Amino acid sequence: MFEIFGIPSQALFGQLLLGLINGSFYALLSLGLAVIFGMLNIINFTHGAQYMMGAFAAYLILTFSGLGYWTALLIAPIAVGFLGVLLERNLISQLNKANKERTIVFFASTALLFLLGRLWIEPVAAFAGAIVAGFVIAEVFAWLRRADDLAEPVDHLYGLLLTFGVALIIEGLARNKYGSAGLPYAMPDTLRGGQSLGFMFLPNYRAWVIVASLTICLSTWFVIERTRLGAYLRAATENPTLVRAFGINVPRMITLTYGFGVALAAIAGVMAAPIYNVSPQMGSDLIIVVFAVVVIGGMGSIMGAIVTGFGLGVIEGLTKVFFPEASNTVIFVIMAIVLLIRPAGLFGRTA
Amino acid sequence: MKRTLAALAVTTALMCGTAFAQQITIKIGVLTDMNSLYADDTGPGSVAAARMAATDFMKDHPNVKVEVISGDHQNKADLGVNLANQWFDIEKVDMIADVPNSGVALAITQVVAQKNKVFVGSGPASSDLTGAKCNANNVQWTYDTWMLANGTGKAVVKAGGDTWFFLTSDYAFGHALERDTAAVVEQNGGKVLGKVRHPINSNDFSSFLLQAQTSKAKVIGLANAGGDTINAIKQAAEFGIVKGGQKLAGLLVFAGDVAALGLPTAQGLQFTETFYWDMNDQTRAWTKRWHEVRGDKNKWPTMNHAGVYAGTLHYLKARLALAGDADGKTVVAKMKELPTDDPLFGKGTIRVDGRKIHPAYLFEVKKPEESKYPGDFYKTISTIPANEAFRPLKDGGCPLVSG
Repeated sequence: MFEIFGIPSQALFGQLLLGLINGSFYALLSLGLAVIFGMLNIINFTHGAQYMMGAFAAYLILTFSGLGYWTALLIAPIAVGFLGVLLERNLISQLNKANKERTIVFFASTALLFLLGRLWIEPVAAFAGAIVAGFVIAEVFAWLRRADDLAEPVDHLYGLLLTFGVALIIEGLARNKYGSAGLPYAMPDTLRGGQSLGFMFLPNYRAWVIVASLTICLSTWFVIERTRLGAYLRAATENPTLVRAFGINVPRMITLTYGFGVALAAIAGVMAAPIYNVSPQMGSDLIIVVFAVVVIGGMGSIMGAIVTGFGLGVIEGLTKVFFPEASNTVIFVIMAIVLLIRPAGLFGRTA
Repeated sequence: MKRTLAALAVTTALMCGTAFAQQITIKIGVLTDMNSLYADDTGPGSVAAARMAATDFMKDHPNVKVEVISGDHQNKADLGVNLANQWFDIEKVDMIADVPNSGVALAITQVVAQKNKVFVGSGPASSDLTGAKCNANNVQWTYDTWMLANGTGKAVVKAGGDTWFFLTSDYAFGHALERDTAAVVEQNGGKVLGKVRHPINSNDFSSFLLQAQTSKAKVIGLANAGGDTINAIKQAAEFGIVKGGQKLAGLLVFAGDVAALGLPTAQGLQFTETFYWDMNDQTRAWTKRWHEVRGDKNKWPTMNHAGVYAGTLHYLKARLALAGDADGKTVVAKMKELPTDDPLFGKGTIRVDGRKIHPAYLFEVKKPEESKYPGDFYKTISTIPANEAFRPLKDGGCPLVSG
């Protein structure tokens, strides 16, 4: 038993482990963001809201069907990812199209359906239902029209604004329906309890979080950097026209990749539900920190996002021991320093 | 024809005169936390309570017109001050109610004193509001950190919890609560082993709880509120804190927090409050009406909500007694002069330092099997009489207290 800077070593190791656990949430979320930005050049501000949707999906699955955590871990990412795919196809990718007919059809049908729906059901359900129905109608319209979509690329900033607006809408809907206090979500029985590690008591659930997060992060990195599918994806980012000429369906790949990034956020949400407060603002509280993590790691780098996520979790954990009042701000201080020294981020490649 | 018209005109003028002779218009602004960690303990419920007070008063006094507006300070002092200034200057608000978050409340008191309006704070906890930072435009209604420390702290120390470790919310309220409770602990023969200050609205308490565990204190004092307390208690259960032999002392717990935690997690928690919806027939009847106005049967009124209702009612009584004079200092002096009487807190008074006096109760959360109906959360352990519940007048350091 020795002391480091006045803190007993046991306590310090405990804090490091806790920091790693928090870092796994940062890593999962920043991985999703890095995949979406690195591969698709979309700054996805909806990421926090999608993380919240994953947690809410787990809660709703439990409330309406009684199915527990493990089912939610499978279904919630698929459901939220699917909604993400709809969002990308109908709103985000339409930003860069010259022909805005589909967008007009979407907004018109959503507005009409909402006004109609209000006659029978309460506002939040009517709004959510109208949007999903609007998505479907827009899809059908596009399929019927089958015209060639001429591209007219716009500034990345519009994608940022659009996804930010969508995040506010999703959060507002959730808050309207469920209030801001938070909903209870019980921990799965198989993961209750914990192990005494000598220097601290480690809850089984937190150990699961680290293991699951590491597995997901490393497998994602492997797929993107070391497999053929990943190679197509990276090539499509650099030169979509050429890749398209090889016969690869680039728009579909982009949509599915966005859906995958969103599913990553949703999985993080389900994993957060038993330990953190399931509330409408859980995403917005976290997303600012995650963006800082991605910026520090380098916007396009997958391994950078993972390493930085875990690393910053550890640094934040150490700050909570030595100077807890600053634990909210230390990540931003590091971001400022990194941006001054290496503007592309620690692992980023300058474009 | 001309004569008839003239007679008609004079009669109408006379009628108008009588009807509007004593019309008093009062505007009240409920400044609260609508969306963040204190939203369920205050927020829309406080607005509902203020509206109920307005409706009840207007029913008994038809010549008074009361308008209630609301705003969200988002726990930011600068936003709160901006809203207060806007309300006083443009919206012609006479009284600000609620204001949870002592940091915002302390900032608001400056504005209220400057503009000579009234602040009936049922939300903030810091005992400094009737202590060093008191002023003549201020009333603190529901509770304060001294009362919480004295109620809960003394009870826990007397029951054997003599070593403490504090988990403190890093702003005015947390610091005040920690300071007052530490004083009570030491006065009653206990020792404070350490403390850690966490940022307000923290998600993850694991590392702070680990520090509390390492300190080996018998009691972990939670000097925070709302969402922070809920998270800390939930995660303490996860880390086996209570199983490991340490006790959690929730220094500020509301009925809304107990509802969010659920009885299995919250059972056995002891804390001090000044109102419980199920205490007597009058509180039950009021809660039924509050549910209708609030529009959500799953939420429960907290002592803050009750404080907004009672405080607003007493303010309106004082305004009526002064025939509509809106001068801040005069109205508050009248509020201190008139004894209070409402169905929620019973009979009481407001002291010269702005402190409202009423009894306090030590509650304990029931076990799940003891709860017979929705909302059946508390059992009363003891009652602290009004003259003992709050800090003695001379100890506050309030400049308004002479001598």
